[in-house]
Amino acid sequence: MTWTDVTERPGGVAAGAGGTAGGVGDSPTRPDGTLKVRGEFAYSSDLWMDGMLWGATLRSPHPHARITRIETARALALTGVFAVLTHEDVPGVNAYGLEHKDQPVLAEDRVRYQGEPVALVAADHPETARRALALIEIDYEELEPVTDPRTAVDGSAPPLHPGGNVVRHVRIRHGDPQVHEDPAAHADVVVHGDYEVGMQDQAFLGPESGLAVPAPDGGVDLYVATQWLHVDRGQVAHALGLDEELVRITLAGVGGAFGAREDLSMQVHACMLALRTRRPVKMVYSREESFFGHVHRHPARMRYEHGATRDGRLVYVKAEIVLDGGAYASSTPAVVANAATLGAGPYVVPHVIIDCYGTYTNNPPCGAMRGFGAVQAAFGYESQMDRLADELGLDPAEVRIRNGLTEGDRVATGQLLDSAAPVAELVRRVREMPLPAAPQGVPDLRTLPGGVANTTHGEGVVRGVGYGVGIKNICFSEGFDDYSTARVRLAVAAGEPVVLVHTAAVEVGQGLVTLQGQIARTELGVRQVTVQTADTSVGSAGSTSASRQSYVTGGAVRAACQEVAAVVRRHAAERLGLDVTRLRLASGAVVDADGTEVVGLAELLGDEVVERTVEWRHRPTTTLDPDTGQGDAHVQFAFAAHRAVVDVDVELGLVKVVALDCAQDVGTAIHPDAVLGQIHGGSAQGLGLAVMEEIQVVDGLVRNPSFTDYLIPTVLDMPPMRVDVLELADPHAPYGLRGVGEPPTISSTPAVVAAIRAATGRALTRVPVRPEHLVALAPAGAGARTPEPAVGD
Amino acid sequence: MRVTCTVNGEQRTADDVWPGESLLFVLRERLGLPGAKNACEQGECGSCTVYLDGLPVCSCLVAAGQAEGREVVTVEGLAADEALDPVQQAFVDAGAVQCGFCTPGLIVATHDLLAREPHPDDVTIREALAGNLCRCTGYEKILDAVRLAADAQASR
Repeated sequence: MTWTDVTERPGGVAAGAGGTAGGVGDSPTRPDGTLKVRGEFAYSSDLWMDGMLWGATLRSPHPHARITRIETARALALTGVFAVLTHEDVPGVNAYGLEHKDQPVLAEDRVRYQGEPVALVAADHPETARRALALIEIDYEELEPVTDPRTAVDGSAPPLHPGGNVVRHVRIRHGDPQVHEDPAAHADVVVHGDYEVGMQDQAFLGPESGLAVPAPDGGVDLYVATQWLHVDRGQVAHALGLDEELVRITLAGVGGAFGAREDLSMQVHACMLALRTRRPVKMVYSREESFFGHVHRHPARMRYEHGATRDGRLVYVKAEIVLDGGAYASSTPAVVANAATLGAGPYVVPHVIIDCYGTYTNNPPCGAMRGFGAVQAAFGYESQMDRLADELGLDPAEVRIRNGLTEGDRVATGQLLDSAAPVAELVRRVREMPLPAAPQGVPDLRTLPGGVANTTHGEGVVRGVGYGVGIKNICFSEGFDDYSTARVRLAVAAGEPVVLVHTAAVEVGQGLVTLQGQIARTELGVRQVTVQTADTSVGSAGSTSASRQSYVTGGAVRAACQEVAAVVRRHAAERLGLDVTRLRLASGAVVDADGTEVVGLAELLGDEVVERTVEWRHRPTTTLDPDTGQGDAHVQFAFAAHRAVVDVDVELGLVKVVALDCAQDVGTAIHPDAVLGQIHGGSAQGLGLAVMEEIQVVDGLVRNPSFTDYLIPTVLDMPPMRVDVLELADPHAPYGLRGVGEPPTISSTPAVVAAIRAATGRALTRVPVRPEHLVALAPAGAGARTPEPAVGD
Repeated sequence: MRVTCTVNGEQRTADDVWPGESLLFVLRERLGLPGAKNACEQGECGSCTVYLDGLPVCSCLVAAGQAEGREVVTVEGLAADEALDPVQQAFVDAGAVQCGFCTPGLIVATHDLLAREPHPDDVTIREALAGNLCRCTGYEKILDAVRLAADAQASR
């Protein structure tokens, strides 16, 4: 099944099964939509309590320094200040981290990045808190910052942590070891390239924030925007020295996440202040603080070598990828695994030699962001595919089609693709979409690079077309016990059957709260479903990341619903003397095989409540072989392809993306409208990385921590998108779905850059592409072609 | 200091306002109206957009004292009681809301656009909303919502 517009999509699973409106395959409106448009949805920064104090954080101004003295007396003496806390006040263990507990809650004798938290204040007003921060005296002895991640790989920098500056090294050796010794000897053509990816920020709009409330039992209740409640709880409890049961976390409204809320930010800090003052404490980061308060996308330096036959078949890929993890590990080990295992791209490659390193430096810590290691590698391998096409005189789409993975192939880890992998098909689909018309006559200024700034009337503007394809693993990999828990309760209220679904799965905007309801409607045939607020009173749902929640929490909700349905069917069968195998639930009733109502749920259940809690796991994965990186480490693979069309003003280096079309296989679209929303939004973030988004770090210092200087795409930067959705069901996944959120972020960046290269003839080996890379200031580089005018005569 | 202004048709007073507070802070923290959002607090993202004497402004850039005696309308004041304004309804129906943090600002900006220009073309919509950042949607469904709201208003 394929469609480009939700209205064209044939009936979904629910319709096919004669199921319930608002079920799987339908696109019901969001249950939180009305609250959000009225301004009444309670985000984590909207919370308020009587007697509440404001928390604030003092951060290191230096990327690397020894702390020789901390003096808080003057801050504490300020009227309106209730607490000033340092590392000495951390009640439990002063260390946290997603994979390695290497990060202090508050710095002790050393700071390792600019913005590292050193002290906390609770005060009666945010301004009082700010003034108190200014009164805390700290003596720093500055140290030389380690800023080049390559010094971690070659071992030339002093170690920042015990064990040295390499967080993880993943080796992929796929194919024939004899070929690996001199792979170029086995290829007709070889292309090389060095590529760089700048540090991207998730730039969610809702800043880090939350409210911590001390509880009479000595514990704490925390209301916070996060991505994984239970992992937050474990880390918070560890740092507070409390049993996990005494730390209760409830999800507050999340203003976007994109990976940046996987690590702790203000969670422990707010709890420490609340426990010390015995008052509720609210913390809200400003935008500037937010840039220092969460991890970013790893910047990458990549050296790629591709060898192919004369007819354009890949023979080998050799790559070294260095990802700068910054001061603390965060999720660097998993990001390294992704970049390594997906580093050959969505292609059949007989021989793969990849070394990927994640490093410690004194740069800002980097961790999860949508695309997670796959984004960086894709800019490298896709740039190489264009070089290869150029070298062979092939169309860039054609070289991708000839090498694209398909079901039954093996990826660079040796893992078999045992469900759809329609790479060539996706590329064909974007290639066949209509191209935007070249402007005629006098163009509308607002459609040109520079827009109403009136920088061109079309002169000096050239057009180019480029392609990108990407591959992403869905769910957690490498043998991780990746499960979710769902509690489903069916009861009768006011004569109607109603369902309550409770999970700890975090809604970040993607629509998981809608999807849980759809699944319950489909499985139980009940119209009225309420999805309870996520909190830690139910088991873990795992993280809202790796495009995994539809799969894993969706799977858990389905499984819990099926257990509830089994109980109900058994009751009905016993009571009415029917064959249970012929009964199912639909339209608020138990129905028989031909859909005839046997008994209404309200009548059958009466006062009875049927509740089941289920822990659900996807199929297991394995670890990677430490020498060869071989193993069935991933659960599912997902693919998207983009074709970008750009206009470039070559005199000023301004780029206007004119079209950004996408084809993606989503397995089964559980909520077709939300699928499109993910593809649009993910593509926009990839466009941002291509042409504007970078945290600029000089000598370990962030130069642009604001939305004035860190630019994200506006509605003027995003072109209209044509999206072609394929639904090739994955037999291993619930409903056949395939994770949707990340793939479009991966392929849009290389497509946009390829289009700019095609327009300008410049090599463009670094993203984001900046005006100075496009105007005559920089050399054109290898592979230059003569630009063709897009506008005018 | 004391600040008194009309908010969503009602006269409201906030006491003990520190003169450095923004109108956004007073609305959110003192008057119980958190609808206008605090995404950047430097006038770049538009999430805090409210009407001030009928003109859309970034309330984070308005000092609280500047609102004295003036009329403020926030996203909470666009529709009465349980009803939704056609712009609000269109954002729900078009799937233009994901995380929703940008939504209140975009709704006020769209409300203002359609009051001035009931049938804007796409280029006009894009110019009008260029000051409102959204990180989730890629803007496609926001454009759908604006078109839908324009149609809904035309047929009223």
